[in-house]
Formats: sequence, C-alpha cells, structure tokens
Amino acid sequence: MKKLEKKHPLAIRWFHWINFPLLALMIWSGTLIYWAYPRYANLPQTWWRAMKINNRLAEGMALHFFFMWLFMINGVLYVAYTIFSGEWRDLVPNRNSFREAWHVLLHDLHLRKEAPPPRKFNGAQQISYTGVILMGLGSLVSGLAIYKPVQFGWLTKLFFGYQGARFVHFALTVGYVMFFVIHVAQVIRAGWNNFRAMVIGYELVMVPDLPVPAPEPAPASAPGVGAKERSETSSPTPGAEAGTGSGDEVNDEQ
Amino acid sequence: MMNSDDVDRQLKNLTRRGFITMAAAAGAGYASWKFLRTRPHESGIEWPLRNALQTNEKLAEAYFSRQRLSPSFRPSDLTRARINGRLGLQAPVDLDAWRLNIEGASSAVALTLDDIRALPRHEQITELRCIEGWSIIVKWTGARLADLIAKYPPRERPQFVALETPDRGYYVGLDLDSALHPQTLLAYELNDAPLELLHGAPLRLAIPVKYGIKNIKRIGTIRYTNIRPADFWAERGYDWYAGH
Repeated sequence: MKKLEKKHPLAIRWFHWINFPLLALMIWSGTLIYWAYPRYANLPQTWWRAMKINNRLAEGMALHFFFMWLFMINGVLYVAYTIFSGEWRDLVPNRNSFREAWHVLLHDLHLRKEAPPPRKFNGAQQISYTGVILMGLGSLVSGLAIYKPVQFGWLTKLFFGYQGARFVHFALTVGYVMFFVIHVAQVIRAGWNNFRAMVIGYELVMVPDLPVPAPEPAPASAPGVGAKERSETSSPTPGAEAGTGSGDEVNDEQ
Repeated sequence: MMNSDDVDRQLKNLTRRGFITMAAAAGAGYASWKFLRTRPHESGIEWPLRNALQTNEKLAEAYFSRQRLSPSFRPSDLTRARINGRLGLQAPVDLDAWRLNIEGASSAVALTLDDIRALPRHEQITELRCIEGWSIIVKWTGARLADLIAKYPPRERPQFVALETPDRGYYVGLDLDSALHPQTLLAYELNDAPLELLHGAPLRLAIPVKYGIKNIKRIGTIRYTNIRPADFWAERGYDWYAGH
C-alpha cells in the first residue's frame, strides 16, 4: 500500500533552494576575483575569456560583498531553525555515523550488499550535510580574515596569515564544487521520488498491507500542509481535499 | 486509511503546488537578478552594489580601531618588492624641485623632502596586500602621516584626507581614522634604500590598513577636506574605502 510521508519541513526546503543560487553566485563572483591572481591553479587566458571571467575584478568584489550578506543570513537562519525545530537530530552525526558512512560508501561502490538503513539521513548524509555547514562557517570566517586582515587580525593569524586564509577560502570553494557533483549524482541515483520530496516535502512510501482491514480508531487531527485537514494515519498526511471524506470507511486498496 | 487513488491524487496536487511555487520563486529570483544588473551605474557598478559597499564601509569604520596594527614581520621575511602601478608616474619629475603641497592647512604649505625627514622617523616591516590578491612583505621607512597632520594642522577638523600625484594622474582618498593610523607612513625609503622612481620617489604612502591601491606613489598634494575625495579606482568600480 502506498502512503505519503512528510520528509522535509517547508523551512528547510526554502533554505536549501535559496542557498543554491546564492552559493552559486558567491562561487562565480569569487572566480571573477580569483582571475586577478590565480595562484593555486591557473588556466589559459583563452579559457578565462571563453567563460567571460577575465577583467571583472571590481564587479566580482562588489557582487561578492553584496551577496555575502544574503548567503550568511540564509545560513544562520538555517542553522537556527535546525536547532530550534529539533531537525538537528536527523542531521548531526552520532557515534554510529562514521561506521555507517563507511558501509554506505562500500554499498555505493557495489562492494557491499546490505543497503543503508532506511532512515531519513544515513551516516554518510549526516556527515556530508553537517560537514558542508561547517564548511560554510569556514568560508565566512576565512572570508572575514581576508576582508579585514588588520581589524580581525587575530582571525587572520588563525589561518597562518593572509595568504593562509586565502588558501583555506579557495580550498573550501573547491570543496563545494565537489560536494555539488557528488550530491547531484546521488540525487539522480536516488530517483524522482526523493528529489520531489525536496520540493513538495512529501515522499511516497510503500507500507506493508495489513492482512485484515481493522477498523480505524477515531481520526486524530494532525498538522499537514493545509490549515485544517484531518488525517487518519499517525504520520501527518497532506492534501485536505483528498484526505477527508473518504477516510472513515477503510482499506479498499487494490 | 486512504486508498491508492486518493494518495495518487493527493500527490499530484502536492506536486503541482510544489513545483509551481518553485517555478514562481525561481522566476522572482531571476527577475531580482535582472533588476539588479540593469540598475544605472554609480562609479562603475550598479548603484545597489555601490550602496552595499558604502554600507559595508560604515560598518567597517564603526569597528575600526587605530590600536589594531597590521602584523609586523622579521627582516628575513622580506619578499621582492613588486612594481605594479605606473599611474601618475609618466611625467618626468625633478626631485630637487619637488614639493609636497598641503591644502586645507592653517597656512599654505610647500614642504621639501628634508622637511619630511625632519619629522620623527619610523620603520616597519609590513605586508602590502594588493586588491588583486597577491601580497608582499616590505620594509618602509618614513614619517607618520599623523605627525605631519599634527605639525601642519588643518584649518578645521577634516573628515577625509586626499592625496594626489603632481600631475593628478593618480589620486586616492582616505578616511581620517585610516590617515591617522600609526602605521600610515609617508615613506621615503623602501627596504633600507631611497625610493626608486617606479616605487614612488621621492615620497609615497605606505598604508597597511588599506589595499595596495591606496598606497599612492609620488605624492604631490595632500588635502584636508570634508568632501569625500575622488579616488582613481573607486571611480572604476572598486570600493572607495578599500580598508583592512
């Protein structure tokens, strides 16, 4: 039998999808800045020109120092939300996560049969999704160390100086690109149902059929996407129009 | 329990609602981006970006303290002194006839290099950070701009200090706090040798609380002013404050 199950809260979906273009803009404007002194990896000028990244340092800095605020605010609100809503419990790794992440990796490389546990986030995801937030914090801090290396000189010192902070800031950017590639590959692998849940909040799940249609207890009201729908299942079920009405008599699924 | 058709219908509704919302949000985001990028330019960048730079400047100025110093280095840390800017240096210069004009002082002032050398001498090994991203560690010797300002005080307390090359081919503006910072030097020596022409002889600014672009070479005029001074690179899209 199929069932809709709430997966991602509305707030987290907004934070996620707002972060995506903001981070993209930060990386792109950062590249406009990086062009002026491509210290860690240089590319032929023809490539820079083809990508229209050349001679745009001032523009890159202006954009970077504009969107940094939006990027930071969105990130801070996300972290605050996960703390106050309790969502952090699903996201933050625990002492089993690292072993589990290893098993997930082996499974994904087809070296291990057992699938990862069907929890919302497995160990590998917990480590990735918490790690990328820490990377974000690292970008803010190393960015500030580059932006104001005298007024925040103690920060710059933490990075072994100005060029150290620049290196960390750059390495983290490479990290985001790697995160993005793996993340998108995994989302494609996981399929449409999983991706759709990040847009609509709900995932379609199969639950085992009950052998005997048991009469339902009195409908319990539960929060859903709409304001005032009632639902019969213990997990909140969305979509008032479809949910109510047909609920009292039970189980005629094919 | 809902039956399978109900679940399908519900899912269809949710999916439609979710993706329409997402498309609308993406459209709004794209429209905002287009709006931003089509605003009239103010000194080389869209005015909202210029406003953001000026807001950042206010925050930075509020937090700025003259007590916080740019790190000092050892002589063994010195790197090659790179020549990166020739703006304002094209015209020939007669070092003997050169004078430093101070405008906005109580009386007209035209100083010789010896007048500058007569001010207390300071040495510092600091990092010069270019706005392009590279940095070098160099030793500067010179007089504090703060000492010059104290000796040749302004008629009225200025908000800014403007500096220009003799041909006005290059010019920078400083907020007063940065101008009075103890590491802001009028330098006449680089790495223990008199300044070479392309390093800004006879007198240049060494200001580690700013990007390299503010370290103007071959200073001809210093002006105390309450009008935000023109700044060569700020007119070309860069941050006027450019402060560290």
